[in-house]
Amino acid sequence: MYFTYIYRELRRRHRQALLTALGLAVGVALVIAVTAYAGGVSNAQDEVLHSLYGVGTDITVSQTAKLGEGGPQRFGVQPPDDSQRGKKFTRDAITASPGQQSLAATKVQTIAGLDGVSAAVGSLSLSSIHVEGTFAEMNGGDAGGADGGGSAAQPAAGATPQAAPSMAPIKVSSFSISGVDVSDLELGPLSSGEVTTGRSFTSAETNANVVLVTKAYARQSSLTVGDVKKIGGVEFEIVGIVTLPSGSTSSDLYIPLARAQKLSDNKNKVNQIYVRADSAAAIAAVKKEIKATLPKATVTTAQDLADQVSGSLASASSLADRLGKWLAIAALVAAFLVASLLTVSAVSRRVREFGTLKALGWKSRRIVGQVLGESVVTGLAGGVIGVALGIAGARLITALSPDLQATMGAAAQMPAGAPPGSEGVMRALGVAAQTVTVQLAAPISLNLILLAVGLALTGGLLAGALGGWRASRLRPADALRRLD
Amino acid sequence: MTVTTLRTLEEDSMLYDLSGVTKRYTQGRKTIDALAGVDLRIAEGEFLVIQGSTGSGKTTLLQMLGALDRPTTGSLIYEGRDVAKLGEGDLAELRSHSYGFVFQSFNLIPTLTAQENVETALVPWHVRPDERRRRAAEALDGVGLADRARHIPSELSGGEQQRVAIARALVREPKAILADEPTGNLDERTRDDIIGLLEQLWRERGQTLIVVSHDSWVASRASRRIWLDAGRLEAPPVDDRPGLAASAAPVRELALQM
Repeated sequence: MYFTYIYRELRRRHRQALLTALGLAVGVALVIAVTAYAGGVSNAQDEVLHSLYGVGTDITVSQTAKLGEGGPQRFGVQPPDDSQRGKKFTRDAITASPGQQSLAATKVQTIAGLDGVSAAVGSLSLSSIHVEGTFAEMNGGDAGGADGGGSAAQPAAGATPQAAPSMAPIKVSSFSISGVDVSDLELGPLSSGEVTTGRSFTSAETNANVVLVTKAYARQSSLTVGDVKKIGGVEFEIVGIVTLPSGSTSSDLYIPLARAQKLSDNKNKVNQIYVRADSAAAIAAVKKEIKATLPKATVTTAQDLADQVSGSLASASSLADRLGKWLAIAALVAAFLVASLLTVSAVSRRVREFGTLKALGWKSRRIVGQVLGESVVTGLAGGVIGVALGIAGARLITALSPDLQATMGAAAQMPAGAPPGSEGVMRALGVAAQTVTVQLAAPISLNLILLAVGLALTGGLLAGALGGWRASRLRPADALRRLD
Repeated sequence: MTVTTLRTLEEDSMLYDLSGVTKRYTQGRKTIDALAGVDLRIAEGEFLVIQGSTGSGKTTLLQMLGALDRPTTGSLIYEGRDVAKLGEGDLAELRSHSYGFVFQSFNLIPTLTAQENVETALVPWHVRPDERRRRAAEALDGVGLADRARHIPSELSGGEQQRVAIARALVREPKAILADEPTGNLDERTRDDIIGLLEQLWRERGQTLIVVSHDSWVASRASRRIWLDAGRLEAPPVDDRPGLAASAAPVRELALQM
C-alpha cells in the first residue's frame, strides 16, 4: 500500500515531480561538474609542480647570494701581451648559477638527519660559458675595447660586442649543467626525468666523466649517445639522452655531483638541497626545522610554489574556487527551495485527501511518512538524473577545455604576497618565467557520486519534511468542511 | 412493501451521550458558535437523521460524533469514554475502530483504485496485505461493485464512487456509520439507490446509522430525526413532521414505516 500509494501519487503529478527532480538534478550535476573540475585543476597544479619541481621533492633549500657574490661572470678578452694580438683565443668559464650562494655539502647530511626527513640530496647547478674569437689587432681606444670585452661575456646577451672596427667577431655559447647525486636519483633535479636513449647514471659513477644530455640540447647540438662533450676542457662521454616534463626547470647537461664540484672549483659545495619528508603532514614541521638549522637559507615547499603559479591555470583554479563553488551552492539552494515549495503546495492541494485518511484513523505519522516517501523517491530520481548530467558535464569539460597554461617564476609576475627571496629560489630552480601547458581532465570519483546522490536525497528529505509538517497540521475535520 | 422494525432503547444501550456540547470556532476576530449546548443521546442501532439549514451546525455535530474534533465544552461520552478528554493519538485510534465515514463528495483518494481505496480503511489496523485485499474485495462485493475494483474514482459514476465510499466505511464493520449529506452530490435516482443501500446494510447489520441531510425524503426514512438550528436542537417544523416519527427527545419505542 505504502509504495503503491507513492507510485500512484507521483504518476498523477508526474510533471511537477519531474520538475522537482530536474531542479535537484541540475544542482547535483553542478556540484559534480564543479567538484570534478576543481579536482582536475588541482591535478593539473600537481602536474605543473612536478614538472617544475621534480616528483617526490617536498622541500628545496637554497641560499640567495649577497650583492656582489655570484652573478654574471667577467673575464677579460684583452690579450695577455701584444704578441698575442690578432691571434685566436678561447675561454671557458664554469661557475655556479648566478644569484645563488653555495652551501657546504655537510648541510645535506645535517638536513637528512632532521626529524621527519626521509631523504635529502644536494645538487650543484652551473653555467658554462664558452667564448672564442680573435684578439683585436690594435689597442686603439682603450676604453672602447675594454667595454666591449666586458659586456661580451654577459651570459644572456650572446651578442657581438660593438667593439673597435678592427675587432673580429667573438662567438659566445653557453649551457647549463647540473651536478647530481648519483646515489639517489629518485630525489633531485633528475627525479622527474626519463631516459629515452642510452642509460642513466649508475651509483658507482660518483666521479666518472659521464654526462646525460637533455633531448632538446642534444638535438640543438647534434649530439647522440656515445659522443664526447667537452665541458670546461674535460671530455665527458654521453651515456644517455633524457627528457624532462615540458616546461620543467631542466639544465642542459647532467653530470655526477663530484665532477661538477671539481670543474667549478666548488669542492664540497652544493647550491640546492632537495628534501623529501616522511609524510605530507610533516612538511611544515620540517620546513621550520630547516629554517632553524640554516637561518639564512631560503626554504621552499611545493605549496609555496603553487601559490606563485599564475596564468590560465591559476585563473582556472580561482574560477573553480569562487564562481563554481558559489554557482553550485546557489543552484542547490534554489533546487531545495523549489522542491520544498512544490511539495508544500502539493500537500495544500491534498487537504481533503489527507483529512479523509485522518478521518479513517490514519495517524499523522503515517501521513508524514507518505509525503516523505514521495519526496525521497523524487530526490533519488533527481540524484540519478543529476549524476548522469554531472558525468556528462565533466566529460564535456574534459573534452572541450583548452590546454591550461601555468606561468611562474618571473619576478615581475609574482603575486604581492610572494615570500621574500622567492626570485632567488626561482632562479635557483632555473625557473625564469617558466610556462607549462597542461591538459585539464575533470575526474569523477565514487565518493563524489555518493555525495551528489546524498545531496539530492537531502533535498528530497527537506522538502518532504516541510510537506509532511504541513500535512500533520491538517485537522481531520477539514475533510468534511472542505468543499472543492 | 411495508417493513416494521421494533427497537427498544434502554439507558444502558446508549452508544452516545452528549450533554452541554458546544463548539466555538475562531476565525480572526470573528468567533462562531457552531454548537451552542447540545444534549443528545443516541442508542445503538438507531437510524438517526440530523436535519437543519445551512450553518446550523449539523456537520459540526457529525464531526463531534465521529471524533474528528473535540467539543469546546461539555461532555461527549461514547461507549463510556469521554471523547472530549482524548488526545490526538487516541482520537485516531478511536476513529479507526469505531466509525465509518461517508462524505458528500465521496472523498476517495483519486490516485487509488476502488479496491485500494477500500483497503486504506484497513491500513491503521496493520492487517496482512492478503487479508486486507480479501476483506476489501468482500466489502466491494457487498455494495455490488466487485467488477469495478480496478477502476480509479474518475472512471466511476457518482453513485459508484459513493458505493466505494460505503464499502470503505463498512470494511471495518464499525459500530456507527456517519454520513455527511451522502446524497448531496447525486441525482434523484442514484440518491434512492444509495439511501436504499445504506438502509439495507443498516437493517442487515444492526449498525448505528447517523446521516446529516437536509433532504426531507432521506429524513423520512429515518427511525429518528433531530433538527438543528443555530447550534441547538429544535423540534422539527410541523409541516415536515411525519406521522409516526421522532421527537427531539430520546425515543423509547419506534416503528418505522417503509
